[in-house]
Amino acid sequence: MTGASWFRQSSILPGFGLTLGFTTFFLSALVLLPLAALVFKTTSMTWAEFIDTVLDERALASYRLSFGAAFIAACINAFFGFIVAWSLVRYEFPGRRLVDALIDLPFALPTAVSGIALAAVFSPTGWLGVKLQQYLGLQVAYTWVGVVVALILIGLPFVVRSVQPALVEAQRDLEEAAETLGAGPFTVFRRIILPAVLPALVTGFTMAFARGVGEYGSVVFISGNLPLKTEITPLLIVIKLEQFDYNGAAALGFTMLLVSFLMLLVINLAQSWSRRRYVRADN
Amino acid sequence: MAGGAPRSEKRSHVSPALRAGRIGLIAVSISFLGLLLLAPLGAVLSQAFAEGVRVFLESFKNPDTISAIKLTLLTAAIVVPVNTLFGIAAAWAIAKFEFKGKSLLITLIDLPFAISPVIAGLVFVMLFGAHGWWGQWLQDNDIQVIFAVPGIVLATMFVTFPYVARELIPLMQQQGSEEEEAAITLGASAWTTFLRVTLPKIRWGLIYGVILCNARAMGEFGAVSVVSGHIRGLTTTMPLQVEILYNEYLFVAAFAVASVLALLAMVTLVIKTFVEWRADRRTG
Repeated sequence: MTGASWFRQSSILPGFGLTLGFTTFFLSALVLLPLAALVFKTTSMTWAEFIDTVLDERALASYRLSFGAAFIAACINAFFGFIVAWSLVRYEFPGRRLVDALIDLPFALPTAVSGIALAAVFSPTGWLGVKLQQYLGLQVAYTWVGVVVALILIGLPFVVRSVQPALVEAQRDLEEAAETLGAGPFTVFRRIILPAVLPALVTGFTMAFARGVGEYGSVVFISGNLPLKTEITPLLIVIKLEQFDYNGAAALGFTMLLVSFLMLLVINLAQSWSRRRYVRADN
Repeated sequence: MAGGAPRSEKRSHVSPALRAGRIGLIAVSISFLGLLLLAPLGAVLSQAFAEGVRVFLESFKNPDTISAIKLTLLTAAIVVPVNTLFGIAAAWAIAKFEFKGKSLLITLIDLPFAISPVIAGLVFVMLFGAHGWWGQWLQDNDIQVIFAVPGIVLATMFVTFPYVARELIPLMQQQGSEEEEAAITLGASAWTTFLRVTLPKIRWGLIYGVILCNARAMGEFGAVSVVSGHIRGLTTTMPLQVEILYNEYLFVAAFAVASVLALLAMVTLVIKTFVEWRADRRTG
């Protein structure tokens, strides 16, 4: 029998040492050690070298595109994703289960496949690309708009899957009470529904944004990859590696890693915010 | 109790404006999803069969494509069991015991989800590449990791690392451990308890995690692309083969390989829906 210690509470179940040992060993070897190698490589550069690399004109242009396109895509996803989640939770319509299952397609579809598929649909000769060009004068493929379209596809499930459970748990009786008291649909939405799902929406938005910033496979086929114009940061890292500029690749990778950690923090904060809200709503 | 009857009554008394709103929102949802999800899927199929079934099938006779399929299967055959084993161990440690630093451990397990696939490949280049931490030692001993199969396996393992653990941790936490404790108290061995008590309880969650892990392992592009070196017939997986064929304007062949990967995604979704349906029926 294992007893209690400062480290863990006692339990009669076996296997603690074995499973925790294997978990921490595997995590350290596969994830933490390689990440440390990247940090180590970056710290071997001088400050001037590092600053020159991460604030280079081409790097700055790539951040603008990666972050800007991911932000626009996440906004569009927050809007349409909410409508989709709302329709799936609140309405009954033929094919609802099928639509619900399809939401996860971007999770399951390899990014290279969605990349060439979007390029085929939106290219100047693709069936949608032709029409958009003809009627709206809008070229999607090989411009920043194409990057946004790819990131909308990639980010959609994050928003829908975050908002759905929040809508299921939202208190319908509050909405009905507000309606009975004479509130219009927009007032009910603004004062009752939106506050209830806002934390979930923020979580979904941040997850879609974070995924969009790092996305590679679905973007590179539709973006055209012109330096300073349609070159995302992950692609710039790949290009630096191909030119054997390991320091440059490490510096950019380190910068993106910092941003990922920051966003992970935001997601955790949003989630604990939403947990506190639910607890309060239950009381 | 009061919710049931009035709701169905209300539905028939919905005002025309609300009904129009409802139809409008459903229409917006379906057209948005149709444009975003179905159009690309349709494009893959129509391009793959653009020159008929014969040409489609012909694409799979290319020796480079055949070896890409083999490498993808090999990678998944190594990565999925290892990550499944890890996921079960991690979930057991985290769900069955209370210990310090648990939430940090959960955050660290989720880390690969937050990291760009390109960075996932990059970190292995920094570790094993010619200019990496262990590069010199590996070169001296004539071991190649980067631009070779081990690198592809490691990068794939990195990006699919959290999938099984992610599914099992909340499930096992929610199920509690009374039954396991009872089995142990009655004298069952640890292994018997796991096989006869825990495994049947987590079966569906486990299947779900494994198929998601498999789909990602077979479809990973960014991380693998960084470490593979794109050596034809040797270090190209199916997604990389799609890229190579596409960049050579061999569109039918590229979309033919892509359609197999799309089929894999559809099968994954079907199994996922089935598993969710089973889980719903058991709890509901």
